[in-house]
Amino acid sequence: MSKMTKVFTLFALFALLLAACAPAQPEAPAASEKLRVAVIMPSAINDLAFSQSMYQSLVEMQAELGGPDKMELVYSENMFVVDDAAAAIRDYASQGYDIVIAHGSQYGSSLREIAPDFPTTAFAHGTTAATFVDEGITNVFAYEAASNEGGYVNGVMAALLSQSNVIGVVGPIETGDAKLYIDGFVAGAKATKPDLTVNVNYTGSFSDVALAAEAANTHVSAGADVMVGTAQMVVGAIGVAKEKNVLWLGTQASQTSLAPEIVVANQIYDWKVVLRDIFKLMGEGTYGGKAYIVTLANKGLYMEFNPAFDLPADVKAKADETIQGIINGTIKP
Amino acid sequence: MITDFFSATVLIGILASGIRLATPYLYASIGETFGQRSGVLNLGVEGQMLMGAFTAFYITLRTGNVWLGLLAAIGVGALMGLAMAFVSIHLRAVQGISGIGFYLFGLGMSDLLFQKLMGEVKTVSGFGAIEIPFLSSLPVVGEIFFRQNLLVYLAFLLVPVAWFVLNKTTLGLKIRAVGENPQAADTLGVSVAGIRYLTVTMGGVFSAIGGASLSIANLNVFQQNMTSGLGFIAVALVYFGGWKPFGVLFGALLFSMVNSLQLWMQILNVPIPSDFAVMMPYVLTIIVLVLTVGRVRGPSALTKPFIREG
Repeated sequence: MSKMTKVFTLFALFALLLAACAPAQPEAPAASEKLRVAVIMPSAINDLAFSQSMYQSLVEMQAELGGPDKMELVYSENMFVVDDAAAAIRDYASQGYDIVIAHGSQYGSSLREIAPDFPTTAFAHGTTAATFVDEGITNVFAYEAASNEGGYVNGVMAALLSQSNVIGVVGPIETGDAKLYIDGFVAGAKATKPDLTVNVNYTGSFSDVALAAEAANTHVSAGADVMVGTAQMVVGAIGVAKEKNVLWLGTQASQTSLAPEIVVANQIYDWKVVLRDIFKLMGEGTYGGKAYIVTLANKGLYMEFNPAFDLPADVKAKADETIQGIINGTIKP
Repeated sequence: MITDFFSATVLIGILASGIRLATPYLYASIGETFGQRSGVLNLGVEGQMLMGAFTAFYITLRTGNVWLGLLAAIGVGALMGLAMAFVSIHLRAVQGISGIGFYLFGLGMSDLLFQKLMGEVKTVSGFGAIEIPFLSSLPVVGEIFFRQNLLVYLAFLLVPVAWFVLNKTTLGLKIRAVGENPQAADTLGVSVAGIRYLTVTMGGVFSAIGGASLSIANLNVFQQNMTSGLGFIAVALVYFGGWKPFGVLFGALLFSMVNSLQLWMQILNVPIPSDFAVMMPYVLTIIVLVLTVGRVRGPSALTKPFIREG
């Protein structure tokens, strides 16, 4: 047997193995009104950040609708590679899922290609405002978060809590949701204490935990006594904050469990507001075309204060006042 | 603003950060150097690091003992190294491809175990900073070099030890002979397969310790894919360092120092976009590689499986 044939045989065996491991064919559409939901995540469902925010909301939605009998939930996580995600999106749609959520704006161009092939399947993606309705695609929902609002609230608190008047920010890449949050944070901090120094660092990666930790070390050396950060690699920075006893304010999901002694508060994304409306529209035969923004006002965003952290009453009062101001529109983050 | 750059705080910050960042590279690259000097290219370093990082973290979390964590990581690294050795030496598989296979295995397996055994990101208390008496109280130098954790010290100690083993011992001579001319080494009674099994297994052990240096010493946290491409940079550093332990040390330090420098540049508001700042270490690596290319020759038998003639 030539070497080539050997290689081919190996590949064939491997392919068979993969096929055997693939999930079983979907059962025939249930007679009951079970809603079948599939979601594609760029990182892990428990990343304490972006992906977790969506997974958490979906699990809560499932409970709200009456459990797994009423809503089936499947997910694919760690889909950093957009091509793999596109294949997964198409698979789920072909398997007859009622809605396929692609949790990342990077999946937009894939949805634009796939959605027209499945006109009665709903698709959703975010964070973005693009529903492609202007291109005649009617079954794509879009959602985004006004993360600058909670960023602003965190900024106000950070400014009041800082004694050194130096604050450190650990960001991933200067774009999208991360930039929006950080810009909101800087605005809130500066509005509270104009002479404050806010040092911002982008590490250029959503996954490089070691570099995020070193960015945090750099902030501490530069005198920061309060830090914030966004995206899943910040767990490295939180570790440093804990070790150096520097305060931390979180976003996207609750990061309190990592360091209960130094986490002050978290801005939480609750996508249930969006999901509830999408599910309702789907029931009425609308599969897309609407863009959502979660805000403090519509409760898609909310501030979770760490009960174990002894937040001074005046800071808490100022934070509540700021939240109310943003909801009323008197404060523009 | 630019003058801030030369303040003691900044210089100490850059050097201390650089030394911490260089630690995992040193373990992985020194391990890989041994493998490559004996003629085996292992591209699975990243996977071995991830498995090492997870194992060390999980065992430390369960037992509260960092030493057991480190020991477990060494065990897992040895197993992964042995497997890589079996595939590339015994089965004579194409090394580039099988290495990628081991990378993907380590990436997937560490993720799966993390999901099943832990389910969420947690922290442990790992190897703490050890202040070396007297030396740590020296101004500037003390803070940079002598207030690090044990795995940082060991990483730097490994460099001269590796140099000594490779250049001054019989074992080192055998490793180099097997990597340059396995036929000749074989006729002189050196077991080519034996030496390669040893170096590749050692490589696995060092990569796993490199992973552990992140999860139970420098960061004390485990997250999926936390090495984030670091294992591939480590392989590149072996070429960069011309297959010499001190060359690897220079490469690892240069790369890490520039990385910590760019973090400070952003903080000090040096007016360049963050996207360019984060590119700096990579661009510099490419420039140095281009300048040094052709100056050093790699082991002649690198990536070539040994088949006894006659």
